[in-house]
Amino acid sequence: MDDIQSKLKSPSKASREDIFGRVISYTCIAAIILLVVSILYFIASRGLATFTSNHVNLISFLTGQEWNPGALDAHGHPQVGALPMIVTSFSVTVLSALVATPFAIAVALFMTDIAPKNGAKFLQPVIELLVGIPSVVYGFIGLTVVVPIIRQIFGGTGSGILAGTIVLFVMVLPTITSLSVDALRSIPSYFRSASLALGATRFQTIYKVLLRAAMPRLLTAVIFGMARAFGEALAVQMVIGNAVLMPHNLITPTSTLTSQLTTNIGNTIMGTLPNNALWSLALILLLMSLVFNLLIRYIGKRGAIKS
Amino acid sequence: MTAILLTKNVHLSYGKKEALHGIDLDFDEHGITALIGPSGCGKSTFLRCLNRMNDLIPRTTVTGTFNFKGQDIYAPTTNLVELRKQIGMVFQQPNPFPFSVYENVTYGLRLTGHKDRQFLDEQVERSLKQAAVWDEVKDDLNKSALSFSGGQQQRICIARLLAVQPDIILLDEPTSALDPISSAQIETTLLALKNEYTIIIVTHNLQQASRIADKTAFMLNGNLVEFDLTSKMFTQPEQQDTSDYLNGKFG
Repeated sequence: MDDIQSKLKSPSKASREDIFGRVISYTCIAAIILLVVSILYFIASRGLATFTSNHVNLISFLTGQEWNPGALDAHGHPQVGALPMIVTSFSVTVLSALVATPFAIAVALFMTDIAPKNGAKFLQPVIELLVGIPSVVYGFIGLTVVVPIIRQIFGGTGSGILAGTIVLFVMVLPTITSLSVDALRSIPSYFRSASLALGATRFQTIYKVLLRAAMPRLLTAVIFGMARAFGEALAVQMVIGNAVLMPHNLITPTSTLTSQLTTNIGNTIMGTLPNNALWSLALILLLMSLVFNLLIRYIGKRGAIKS
Repeated sequence: MTAILLTKNVHLSYGKKEALHGIDLDFDEHGITALIGPSGCGKSTFLRCLNRMNDLIPRTTVTGTFNFKGQDIYAPTTNLVELRKQIGMVFQQPNPFPFSVYENVTYGLRLTGHKDRQFLDEQVERSLKQAAVWDEVKDDLNKSALSFSGGQQQRICIARLLAVQPDIILLDEPTSALDPISSAQIETTLLALKNEYTIIIVTHNLQQASRIADKTAFMLNGNLVEFDLTSKMFTQPEQQDTSDYLNGKFG
């Protein structure tokens, strides 16, 4: 009797294993949450120090065009105007996404609708290969091939937004393509049959049904590509010119938020204004990736096909 | 009655496997012809030959003559786009596009370049009325077609087809995914349409065939067993196989 009682009252082996498994996964989740929160806290505290302890005006930080954190201007204010980097970052991001999107969607359509068998068999590994190439290699090719060509054609140094756009175009192309392929594959084939049975040509079906039905997810693909372009540091740093100057056209040397960070973070002393100013740039990057994420979620929710 | 579509000696193979072994069927203008038979007998396959939807399936070969209003459907010169406008199809699963009802119904017309708003409005109203779904959707023409019930979606699909004014409407088990009430509404719709259109329907439901079809064709294992007036076939079938199938001995 006592034997049965103690057996029933104590947890079984299965339930002990269940608790053990749950403890492990909760611990891992807690560790990751802690990590994310501390990264956010660290970047935010460093990034905000520019405004709290160094008393830089937020507006002048976002709109100023002079970047020389080590020196003071005529009025005794530190020269930390991040506008040139913000403008350049957005320019290369938007331009590269604009250029890459038509190519990406064309390749995706080729793989899903025009040559679903051989096209996909051949292009899938090509795209995976493009993703796998390290960004320093892209940057190096940009530096040794793209920049000299631009220099020959347009004069100047060759570095600048144009070179950055070209390098980023190749880098975001596989991202946008593979997500577009997913988007188009998710369109049920009966939409295609329905359209063809109504007398639509293949092109009309693609243009009027597929692209339209896949639009929310295609937009998501583009935003993913933009997020990648916005955050890319190394390859851009190698071709952008790294002069913190307001870009006047596409071929003057300039600097993005990321390239400024990689170039200078090792040359500043923790806790000083030049260092804090760089953390402020990092904070802008962080906030922007948050915006990209929210956009993706918003579009995904609005565009989900209800059935 | 004159036949609008004549088929003779139709063979079809998927790769090496022959699915249709020589079908001869003539379809009268205006009226409903039902194709019945057990699963896998080739009735849907045959139906899909008639507007060349089988072209989309790789390694399919079709032989035989298909004469639609004096024109050979499988002639190399046939304009597929024109053909599918004249011989439209409604599928088993309701498949409206994820757009508004209005855009669904005007899809076929817009393909041919119709842009006049008033003409489109008239056609939308006419088609939806013919498909007997106008009263249910007229206040929600700008709502997504996917927000309606399955039966309503299927009738919107029929309306989408009627908008391009086809001569022949092919229906591939249009009610098998629907509940009995929606099915009955589709049947009423088809009966109302049969004076203006030639309707060919594949159905699993023998009662449905006996209720709505003027003529019925019974197919078995890729062969046409019997083709006659529905009233005659359901009361005095000539073939033993037909009789057995109608009496539920197999299938």
